Amino acid sequence: MAEKMKFARWSNDLYTGRRSYPIVQRRRTWFSVAGAFAVAAILILSTKGLVLGIDFRGGTEFTVEGVSSTEQSLGVDAVQSVIPLEEPRVAIVGSNSVRVQTTHLEDSDRLAVEQTLADGYGVDEGQVTSSFIGPTWGQGVSVRALWGVVVFVLATWLFMWIYFRSWRMALAGVVAMMSDLLVAAGLYALVGWEVTASTVIGFLTILGFSLYDKMIVFDKVRENTLQVLDQSRNTYAERANLAVNQTLVRSINTSVVSLLPVSGILFVGAMLLGAGTLRDLSLSLFIGLAVGALSSIFLGPPLDVALREREPRYREHTDRVLAERGALAETEGKEAELAAAAAGRAQLIPGQHRGNAAQPRRKRAR
Amino acid sequence: MANSSTQRSRPVRTLVVFTILAVVLPFAALLLGTYLDPRSDENPSGASAAPGLALDLQGGTQVILTPRSTDGSEITDETIDESINVIRQRIDSSGVAEAEIVNQGGNNIVVGIPGEVGQETIDLIAQPAQMRFRPVLTYDVGFPAEDPAAADDEATEDEAADGEAAEEEATDEEATEEEAEPTSELDARIAEEAAEVTPTDPSDLAQITPAVQEKFDALDCTDPANLVGGGGDDPNLVLVACSNDGSMLKYVLGPMEVDGIHVDNASSGLVPGPNGSVTNEWGVFIELDSTGTAEFRETTQRLQSLQTPLNQFGIVLDGLVISAPSLDTGVIISDGRPMISGNFTRDSAATLANQLSFGSLPIAFEVQSQETISATLGSEQLRNGIMAGLIGLALVVVYALLQYRALGVLAISTLVVAGALTYLAITLLSWGIGYRLSLAGVAGLIVAIGITADSFIVYFERIRDELRDGRSLVYAVERGWRRARRTLLAAKAVNLMSAVILYNIAVGGVQGFAFTLGLTTLIDLLVVFCFTHPMMRLVAKLRFFRDGRPMSGLDPTRLQVSGVRYVGAGRVAGPSQPTGSSEPEPVLAGAPAAPSASAATGGRRLTIAERRAAERREAEGLPADGPPDEHSVSDRIDEAVTGKNEESR
Repeated sequence: MAEKMKFARWSNDLYTGRRSYPIVQRRRTWFSVAGAFAVAAILILSTKGLVLGIDFRGGTEFTVEGVSSTEQSLGVDAVQSVIPLEEPRVAIVGSNSVRVQTTHLEDSDRLAVEQTLADGYGVDEGQVTSSFIGPTWGQGVSVRALWGVVVFVLATWLFMWIYFRSWRMALAGVVAMMSDLLVAAGLYALVGWEVTASTVIGFLTILGFSLYDKMIVFDKVRENTLQVLDQSRNTYAERANLAVNQTLVRSINTSVVSLLPVSGILFVGAMLLGAGTLRDLSLSLFIGLAVGALSSIFLGPPLDVALREREPRYREHTDRVLAERGALAETEGKEAELAAAAAGRAQLIPGQHRGNAAQPRRKRAR
Repeated sequence: MANSSTQRSRPVRTLVVFTILAVVLPFAALLLGTYLDPRSDENPSGASAAPGLALDLQGGTQVILTPRSTDGSEITDETIDESINVIRQRIDSSGVAEAEIVNQGGNNIVVGIPGEVGQETIDLIAQPAQMRFRPVLTYDVGFPAEDPAAADDEATEDEAADGEAAEEEATDEEATEEEAEPTSELDARIAEEAAEVTPTDPSDLAQITPAVQEKFDALDCTDPANLVGGGGDDPNLVLVACSNDGSMLKYVLGPMEVDGIHVDNASSGLVPGPNGSVTNEWGVFIELDSTGTAEFRETTQRLQSLQTPLNQFGIVLDGLVISAPSLDTGVIISDGRPMISGNFTRDSAATLANQLSFGSLPIAFEVQSQETISATLGSEQLRNGIMAGLIGLALVVVYALLQYRALGVLAISTLVVAGALTYLAITLLSWGIGYRLSLAGVAGLIVAIGITADSFIVYFERIRDELRDGRSLVYAVERGWRRARRTLLAAKAVNLMSAVILYNIAVGGVQGFAFTLGLTTLIDLLVVFCFTHPMMRLVAKLRFFRDGRPMSGLDPTRLQVSGVRYVGAGRVAGPSQPTGSSEPEPVLAGAPAAPSASAATGGRRLTIAERRAAERREAEGLPADGPPDEHSVSDRIDEAVTGKNEESR
């Protein structure tokens, strides 16, 4: 209960601005962290590279079911007794199945390998099935997926541009999303699991979810900064920072709720299922959801602010606000007031006369 | 709901309509479906309480074929569609039930066959289309003659086949291996006997050897198995085949006269009358290339003088007679533009023209990949995946209860309702349009848990934000909803957009994933609008929540509802709990807790006394306390600023 009280109070403070994390203000830090991750991802991808699965390499795949021993050497020996130079990849699938992948085999070799595999694992020949995948199939699928991504990115950029009426914000969202993809791919390469069609699906999901998360945070930024130029208390950056802080609790809750089922699959998948669609998919999803949630907080809004402040009217506004505040600090400004302003919240302190400066500029329509 | 009987309020109506339309009716439809049209092995597309499973969960063979033109011509979408029809026919002919054949991304054809299939079936599927023009030798109604031939007597002769015949036997057998054993024996004999007969021309009736006659007699064209074609007929041999044009006739046809690849074009249209007028009669127009024209001229020259039925042409596509037009005496078609007319309707003419143009396609199928998915492995994955999903879901339930207390129950019931709707949608779709749940689809569903949960998280957090501004629950719900709705609609639109784009552009498993993602996004929106929000409005009226009891999740002390608020009748409610002055403020120490810029219109009034009190306290040097009235003043001013925001929206 005490813990919960703390969390509730914490979220409350975030909302009111009593407690504020300078996320937007420290954007240089996040940019360098994100940049470092991106560089690391590129390095990993270029040196270690992604391990392409059979969908992309092409080849022949044997599945031996109902084996009593999942010893990998049995499979290697069985294949090499037919084709000495072949280096098969043997993986355990499920609880009692073994998957053996080789390069593309001719029919006669394939039948022979099926036979030796059945003998080697001591199962019926009917329990060995073989598949063959052409080398171009995976490429075809990935090319289509890549096209899907390109169209998707363009379409969402356009959508966000129209919705937020700012191409900079849309660009910030899309760039943050792409960096998620890059980092996720790098992490996936680091783990070293094979890239299969399921992985590609997982990465596409990352795009969708990451953008969804950014939409929620950006919409709060939009709400907070609706008429930021009409006032001179807060800068755009401060209002945006408040938005990030206010949605922090939501972001945490959503991330936890989304990650729980995926991590369930990941751990069950990695421990019980072995190689397979679910494991590949859940790893890419897990990485992607985590990275996407982080970048919605630390990369998206700061990037938006950085881009916005390049826009002359926002830059002028920021300069004006800061100059006014500086003047205030020199004269009669109060520490509390200034700090509150920096947190992006209203900073008037009762008992102080502001004249009509504190009045609304427009009449409210009822 | 206690309110439902006394108060005719809109949330109740929404809930009732939603329950009837989205839950009761589909569920009734499903029940009715399982009762009237149950899924079974014979009726795989029937309704069932369990959603249909795709190949990767059910086990089976997936073959990916790429059509390749043999003469360098372009492969169009129409070509692929026609290829799919032919492949379907070929698979059906091999006795496989419910093969799934889809066009993948416009250049691949994916054939999914449940269960295991032999290499021969795949070879059969992948062979090029075969259309041949053969002369009709004889025909009969499509019932077996009442004279079963004694096949055993002559079977021994097969052993004494010479080398050439054996070779023919081998090729013949390969092509028809999927058929029953006696049939292939008979075919072997046909080949054998054909080697002994030297026909004078393709219309020579001597070609009808005893074996041919026997097969012809036995052929039953009322048996659907004999109406699915399958190709593999030897162009140099006599063919016994059923027609599939609805005439229920069976034919004996001579060796090939014109190969179908010589057909340049086939179209259907109204037959032109004598003086360039147009008649009401539909016909099919064929254009042959130069080789075809020459061959056709020779053939028509011979056929036109013969008697019925020898003056008929049998057009054979994949082993079935699609049309057998006869030639009138004296007609020699030398321009290579034959026209078929007679009892055509607009549709039947178009069908025949399509069949003809497909038959002429110089297309072979290249096997891109051939994958066998083990049924046990698939079900193991599904079982473990569902188990993992349930564990995850249980954790979500625990988390929701911890975070939102009693309100967490509403969150969970939202998930349950969304889950029930998703289940109904998937089972109904797998009944209605043959949707099959794949592993990628399951992944989409699991991700959907997070996205669905996010809807109420966003909503609840907005309500809490409003409560923090000191609004009453009912009002906070309305305002929170207005804001959450906009955010949710925008974000879900992005989600839906990504699903639609991926579904249309991507291929294979990605499509299955995109489908469930789009489906769950729609369901999620429906549930939030028609269930969560109306329920929230009802719940807001309950004392337990309205008063913000500690376990309600809307406890004002936990939410630190700040400020004084007008509670009606001239009374002002004070803050439930003063903010502790020891509150750590790591970043911005000493700042009063004023509501944010986004806080907007509230119903607060501040008395002058309270204002004075604030000033007094200020003077006493307790600035960090954030006394309630401070909020109120700043809030009122703030309200004015953001009030504009409100209206500009």
